[in-house]
Amino acid sequence: MKIRALGLWEVALFFLLAGVIVLNAWLSPYFLDVYNLIDSTFSFSEKALIALPMALLIIAREIDVSVASIVALCAVLMGVAADAGASVPVLALLSLCVGTAAGAFNGLIVNALGVHSIVVTIGTLSLYRGIAVSIVRDGSYTGFPGGFSWFGQHYLWGYVPVEFLIYVIATLIFGVLLHTTNHGRRIYAIGTNPDAARYSGVPVTRYRVALFALTGFMCGLAAVLLASRLSSVRLDIATGWELQVITMVVLGGVAIAGGAGTILGVTLAVFLIGLLTFGLSLVNVPGIVMNIYIGCMLIAAITLQRGATFVRLHLLSSNKET
Amino acid sequence: MRSQLRRARTTPLFRQNPWQPVSDFPPLLEVSHLSKHFGGVHALTSVSLRAVAGRVLALVGENGAGKSTIVKCLTGIHAPSSGSIRVDGVPHVFSGPQDAALVGISAIQQEPSMFDDLTVAENIFVGAQPQGRFGMVDWRAMTSAASGILDRIGSDIDPYATMKSLSVAERHIVSLAQALSADARLIIFDEPTAALSQSEIQHLYTIIEQLRDAGKAIVYISHKFDEIFRICDDYVVLRDGMPAGEGRIAEVGKDDLIAMMVGRTLTEIYPKTAAEIGDVVLKVSGYSHPTEFDDVSFHVRKGEILGFYGLIGAGRTEVMEAIFGLKGRSGGRLSLDGKPIDIASPAAAMKAGLAYVPEDRQHHGAILPFSILANISLPQLDRIGHGIFLNARAETALVEAFAERVHIRASSWHQPVAELSGGNQQKVVIGKWLATRPRVIILDEPTKGIDVGSKAAVHETIGQLVHDGLSVILVSSELEEALGICDRLMVMSEGRVVAELERAAFSSEAVLAAASRGNT
Amino acid sequence: MKAMTPNREAVLSLIIVAIVVIVIVRAPEFLIASNISNILSGWGFLAILVMGQLCVLVTRGIDLSQASVLAFTGMFLALLSQSMPGLPAAAFLVLATLMGLCLGLVNGALVSIVGIPPIIATLGTMTIIRGLIFVLSDGAWISSHEMSDAFKAFPAGAFIGVPQVFWVALVVIAVFWVLLNYRRIGRDIYAFGSNPHAARNAGVPRIRIELLVYALSGAAAGLCGYLWAGRFAIAYTQAAEGREFAIIAACVIGGISITGGRGSVLGAALGALFIAIVESALPYLRISPFLQTAVIGAVILFAVAANARSERRPGRQILPRHKQTTGEVK
Repeated sequence: MKIRALGLWEVALFFLLAGVIVLNAWLSPYFLDVYNLIDSTFSFSEKALIALPMALLIIAREIDVSVASIVALCAVLMGVAADAGASVPVLALLSLCVGTAAGAFNGLIVNALGVHSIVVTIGTLSLYRGIAVSIVRDGSYTGFPGGFSWFGQHYLWGYVPVEFLIYVIATLIFGVLLHTTNHGRRIYAIGTNPDAARYSGVPVTRYRVALFALTGFMCGLAAVLLASRLSSVRLDIATGWELQVITMVVLGGVAIAGGAGTILGVTLAVFLIGLLTFGLSLVNVPGIVMNIYIGCMLIAAITLQRGATFVRLHLLSSNKET
Repeated sequence: MRSQLRRARTTPLFRQNPWQPVSDFPPLLEVSHLSKHFGGVHALTSVSLRAVAGRVLALVGENGAGKSTIVKCLTGIHAPSSGSIRVDGVPHVFSGPQDAALVGISAIQQEPSMFDDLTVAENIFVGAQPQGRFGMVDWRAMTSAASGILDRIGSDIDPYATMKSLSVAERHIVSLAQALSADARLIIFDEPTAALSQSEIQHLYTIIEQLRDAGKAIVYISHKFDEIFRICDDYVVLRDGMPAGEGRIAEVGKDDLIAMMVGRTLTEIYPKTAAEIGDVVLKVSGYSHPTEFDDVSFHVRKGEILGFYGLIGAGRTEVMEAIFGLKGRSGGRLSLDGKPIDIASPAAAMKAGLAYVPEDRQHHGAILPFSILANISLPQLDRIGHGIFLNARAETALVEAFAERVHIRASSWHQPVAELSGGNQQKVVIGKWLATRPRVIILDEPTKGIDVGSKAAVHETIGQLVHDGLSVILVSSELEEALGICDRLMVMSEGRVVAELERAAFSSEAVLAAASRGNT
Repeated sequence: MKAMTPNREAVLSLIIVAIVVIVIVRAPEFLIASNISNILSGWGFLAILVMGQLCVLVTRGIDLSQASVLAFTGMFLALLSQSMPGLPAAAFLVLATLMGLCLGLVNGALVSIVGIPPIIATLGTMTIIRGLIFVLSDGAWISSHEMSDAFKAFPAGAFIGVPQVFWVALVVIAVFWVLLNYRRIGRDIYAFGSNPHAARNAGVPRIRIELLVYALSGAAAGLCGYLWAGRFAIAYTQAAEGREFAIIAACVIGGISITGGRGSVLGAALGALFIAIVESALPYLRISPFLQTAVIGAVILFAVAANARSERRPGRQILPRHKQTTGEVK
């Protein structure tokens, strides 16, 4: 396990990250500005928060493509509650609860139907987004209470955005959870061979629901930060996030077939994508075009993964033959 | 219920070659010095054999002797590491199963892998559907051709039926029809009788004899001697992937074949260690399931080895999975030391002192990419951890205590289980469950597909366990094993217990008769 | 056994009829000619797309990029009609299909040759292609007056009062019906989806099959792209965004198994009809059009649940069947 924690993939990501920083600094004189760099974290902290539980899900051979819709649902319901005069803690709590419930619902359905989570979460992707859209319609919610902006707009000690700090703490918690606890070991076991894990007494279905619920919870958290930062919720909030989140996870070296991946890798990928998109936005590349780069990176990352496996198998077998 | 296999017609249905006595055909298939390595594992070493048209060649060997590997080489699934395969004297290198089929080699697998969603006719003609005008698939021609072939081998399977509605015996028939439709000249039967009832087996013999008389070369893989002496003409024996003897069946006796197969006599591989048998530990009564088993009741005592024998698919594994909380049941009770308990999950079973070593080692038993350490500690991480955190020292201590006990051979406890041999993998799985300190351990086909040495080690471990006061439930499809080491034997057929025999009453005839009683 | 499980297509047809009857009773204006024409063209679009998706799903894959391919092709051809006003409709039809086919081949190559899981590969290309439309058009909308007349005439036209899209869909369905039922390669698609491992042993060419199904899916989407842009006389970056889920909903409703091997052309066409009718009925039942997305999500979940129920077997049939039936007689 320890050897896997700093694999070739993480080293490669590290150098890529260095490359992106150098390239960006060369392309735009504004890139290496401390304030700019700090502000760049706003563009990815929320998605990166969701990437953490998504990594656990994918390691456990599941996937949740409904995350963006859960964020939208949470954000819209917070908007409704804010209009009804809810206080800041109530809003945050509401979002976390709705997110957890939506995630747990995904997990329960996956368990109950015995169908792959892709299919189920494609359904709930439409369902959650649809509910959110039918509530907000073509209007928007902007009536958040004054203190609400603290989550997404406040800086601690003048420099550190609250958002970013929350993300860093979450990363540490997830890293410890995955790499040093019994739960982490069992998640790897489920992802490597769910049947064998079940035969060994691992409550696979319970872990599945818990992981989906955890993903929903983090979506709820991300929704709080996002709504707070934008202080406005419209029907297209968080569209396309599922792809960006999955890209962060897969680029971070999490095997799409389950059973392998590290939080360190995901963190490096988060910064890689975050700084790349920030750099591109500095040179005025529109968001939808950035998606082209992200999509290409996703496909390239998996192609590399497949290629690496192929080479390793190839080398391994030729070693054995001689 | 309609008879699944109609009795074959008595007239020969395949044309014989009138001007050539069958035995004088040149060898259709000639395999010389075939070897196959997987990484460092030598599955086959320099094996040679000849199959002649109009004769049935028995390929004999224990589980793991390399029989399946040779079939996979012959049918193009594996590429041999060295050696040659000649068909009609011409050397062939098969790059895939299609190549083998083209020269007329087909295999009927033990559990034929078919297209469950397609019809029987389509399964027979997959990839070679009869075409009509404009290259359109001619469904009518295909269905009538399928009926024709099925008819010739005396089967009334509906060609329009969906494959998944068929029984195992019927799947074998369709698989055979597929081979015949492809004009196979060499047909390999890979332990075809493992899941068949007596009447189905008799029908199969008739079919094989007809095929033989029609000038096909047959390779018949088995380790059941009555079958071999019943229908085979020649034999080749494999042991540990190496040739261990060949000749004509007429010139050999059963004991000689056994000696060649195992290299020693039966009592040597099944040493029965005496253990003191105590009170009833586990009592199962009336376990039932809607489709898989019905009213299964038994008990096992302290220090006892209770065997479960039956044909493949008799429902033994299903019962064990229900006992271990892996699958639901529609009725039945279970008590441990006289106290009723309810087991709804493997974790609960483990807590109650049960352990289950599943049949499918690679998919259910071990997590192959995990280290020996992680595999063995997996069921009881909570017990040995610091709260929710992993405890490397306790893990190592646990593994050292139990890996020693089952004699795992590995370079380090951190070695992935995937790198171990089949026998050592099985020892890891057994060690994993012993480490939970169970009172009753269920071993489901623990020696299936492992080499002779590991097999003896597993048997020795079982003897040690009952000596230490555990109760062992041994599910086995190997009659010699079941008769050799069990104290008592439950025989299952079609999801029910059909006989219970004490060791004093053990006889292979009685067990076999009971095992195929239900199947008509 | 067969008699016990009623024919899925028949059940679905009955459900569709029931829905139509309920809607008509509550809102007779549902039957006006313009609405029927809308339903037929809506069904046509969906049916064409669903035919391609059917092939992909049968091979255990999924194609999420269809809606993006549709929008891309529509935009490209709209721009082409602007610069080459002389091109006839037939040229657009052929070009659209070819263009979709090529984009589909990219998906096919990623899945079959590179070995990327279909959901990830097509999620990626879905986003990339959507982005490329923006690059192509600079984010602009191409509206009616910027398109050539030949471009709009055919898709917006009608034959004996029925929209051309409907007729094109019928032709496409016929083509797929022949392909999937009467061509060897079509049967190979089913064999591959039913048991990829056995298919390999039977000599079914995996790579060719996967390339083919994604190419077909892309071609169907490309063809739709032209018809869509022409019929609605508009091409823009977000065209048909989110329709991939309606397509998949139509497929699962039509009885196509997500786990591969099963699904009929007729079932898929009926699934498309179900979605087309439900979507067009919502406004007549005074249900907010904003709920459309949620309805499709619920339909997917419901259909997946129904499929899972019918596919799940209680276990292996080990106990002899006749003994159980005698038990029931007593």
